[in-house]
Amino acid sequence: MPEFKLTNASAPGFSRRYVLQLGVGFAGATLMPGFIGQVVKAYAADKPPLGTWPAGSQGDTVFIGASVPRTGAYAVQGEDEIKGMELAVEHINEGHDLIRRIAPKVSEGVLGKQVKLVVADSGAKPNNAVQAQQTFINDDKVIAMTGSTSSAVAVALNKFAQREKILYLVGISGSNDTTGKDCARYSFRQCFYGETAANAIGPVLLKNFGKGKKAAFMTPDYTYGHTVTKSVNDYLSSHGEWTMVTNQVSPLGTEDFSQYLTNIANSGAEFIINVNWGRDAVLSVQQAKQFGLTPQMKMVIPYQIPFLAKEVGPELTAGVFAATDFWWTMEDQYPLAKMFVEAFQKKYNYRPEWGAENSYMQFAIWARMVSEAGSFYPPDVIKQYEKGETFPSMVGDVHFRPEDHQLVRPVVIVRGKDPKDMKNEEDFWEVLEVVPGEQLMQKPDAFGCQLGDYT
Amino acid sequence: MVNWANFISQCFNGLVLGALLALISSGLTIIYGTLGVLNLAHGAMFMLGGYAGWVAYTYSGSFVVAVIAGSLFVMLAGVLMERLIIRHFYTRPHEDQLLVTFGLGIVFVEAVRFFFGSLSQTVPPPASLMGITSLGFMMYPTYRLALLGITTAALLVLYFVLYRSRIGMIVRAGIEDAVMVDSLGINVYRVFMLVFGIGAMAAGFAGIVNAPVVSIAPDVGESILVQTFVVVVIGGVGSFPGAVLGGLIAGEIISITSMFNPGYSYVMLFVAMTLVLVFRPYGLLGTAGRE
Repeated sequence: MPEFKLTNASAPGFSRRYVLQLGVGFAGATLMPGFIGQVVKAYAADKPPLGTWPAGSQGDTVFIGASVPRTGAYAVQGEDEIKGMELAVEHINEGHDLIRRIAPKVSEGVLGKQVKLVVADSGAKPNNAVQAQQTFINDDKVIAMTGSTSSAVAVALNKFAQREKILYLVGISGSNDTTGKDCARYSFRQCFYGETAANAIGPVLLKNFGKGKKAAFMTPDYTYGHTVTKSVNDYLSSHGEWTMVTNQVSPLGTEDFSQYLTNIANSGAEFIINVNWGRDAVLSVQQAKQFGLTPQMKMVIPYQIPFLAKEVGPELTAGVFAATDFWWTMEDQYPLAKMFVEAFQKKYNYRPEWGAENSYMQFAIWARMVSEAGSFYPPDVIKQYEKGETFPSMVGDVHFRPEDHQLVRPVVIVRGKDPKDMKNEEDFWEVLEVVPGEQLMQKPDAFGCQLGDYT
Repeated sequence: MVNWANFISQCFNGLVLGALLALISSGLTIIYGTLGVLNLAHGAMFMLGGYAGWVAYTYSGSFVVAVIAGSLFVMLAGVLMERLIIRHFYTRPHEDQLLVTFGLGIVFVEAVRFFFGSLSQTVPPPASLMGITSLGFMMYPTYRLALLGITTAALLVLYFVLYRSRIGMIVRAGIEDAVMVDSLGINVYRVFMLVFGIGAMAAGFAGIVNAPVVSIAPDVGESILVQTFVVVVIGGVGSFPGAVLGGLIAGEIISITSMFNPGYSYVMLFVAMTLVLVFRPYGLLGTAGRE
């Protein structure tokens, strides 16, 4: 037993209230982005001519920095993103056939250099992500950055990429702003987003359920949630005279949705359009069932969440309509999808979801652009993207739109399968339509994109 | 959205949430009141209770076994934590105590993530508590109704332990004046260990009984920790009745605000905390003597 003088205030000058204040501050600080990052951060004093060029590509290895959520509400999806990146890096370095179908000039690396991935946890918080990338720039001279499972992170990294003049390959990001008002010359998005999701799933909803319905929206309180809700509501109200009877806005990381669901129960809604994502989606779907709202009210998920069906169980996703980037059963129609699913499953023992597909494709596209440009110099690579050439992907031929750096790619409409119709334990969704991308997109300037400078 | 039925429903939601917050906060407040250590691993204790219960459930298939296993495991974890680590920090500055409990919280969360991954895990309620019950003014999940009863019962048990037993008398005396308790020849270190165990168990118990409602993930305790701090500040440091009152107030504020604009629920909670700090700095049921 330690010897000490026992007092109720164990250190002189510290009141209990002071400790409690410290505690609240401390706990609050952990929720604030960047707390840990600030502790370990160090700044580089000198900068190479343009971002990390040429220093980052002078050795025999080039680095790509990923800041991905491995903790918090988006951790499950973040881990999957990383797996897609790791597989892509492996394929690039060995000159795998799948990568060479997308980037023909890749052979055991890019421009003769091996690619290495460095990863940090962002907790889906913008400041953490930026701090991590700053560290990667200092320590590894990363020539490209990636990762995000939150559009708040994507938007922050867009601005950071533009400032630092380092390419940013957007991870999962559904906000219209990412290639809209917050777009950047140095940033490129592969995946679908609010506007294309709305324009793809809207007609399917109207065809299946008719006009004049009442919908309750569940919206996470940040750029992703607000823009997706707006796009979906705009489509349904203008094309189908649907009304939004309530919009339940919740903070990212909500655990208890009872208040929101009670409001929906009292709103007279016939549909729940659930824009929540990650664990928030898991909990809101489970609790909507607990409150008896579903299946009486039909659930619609405009921006599908990897592993949702696995986490909540197929009973709860049966009959749910969703828009997504990719679903593994597309392997039957798309040869590249088949190659990807096979390679992924062999390495990780499960079939990939769209988070992994997105990050694999982003790396494959980057490898294509760099090898076609024949240079790591960022403006050369950007101009290669901006040529807008058509190239193959896992969902057919795609191309970049030079005006806003958004990939023009199809959106996949799926419906949750009844458990009895599942052919294997991962056969959660049935692909209803693969809607071509061109018709789904807004005009390039509609969301206020100003790309910014090359140098 | 503001109508009578919705108002009553939201008040009821607030009651259920408030009872849960009260239970977790009472654990935090008695530890802090007695030991003077603010346990930043309290949210992790809540999470551990859920996981220990879930593991027990997967082996036994019994919800009752899960609740018992979850509670006892976290009590044991709390006792070990106090014996092995916390007691070395009683004489250290409060910043050190915050850092060590904060660090332990991270270790617990990441250890669970390492072994079980980040995927949500579900503990179903007992078959008899599944389904929905009509309350007249609204349909309510049966298990949530039961949860209100379960947490109320647990709070009553805590009340009897603290206010109607000899050990409770010693604990309360320790909260008021640990030096005097020590001087009276009572082994105050054993009391400290016991209090830490009971406080942790309250969080662990809450973690497993709440598991059927939210499903568990390694981060499940993070937001709860902040809310329980607010509850303790509103109710008053070291006050068990304060924790109960603070919990219910917090639950009602969150629920009723959400009826008008859900985006402001937590803003209003912090507004309430600020008002309490301005007008009654020791909390609603706290006393100046405990400062």
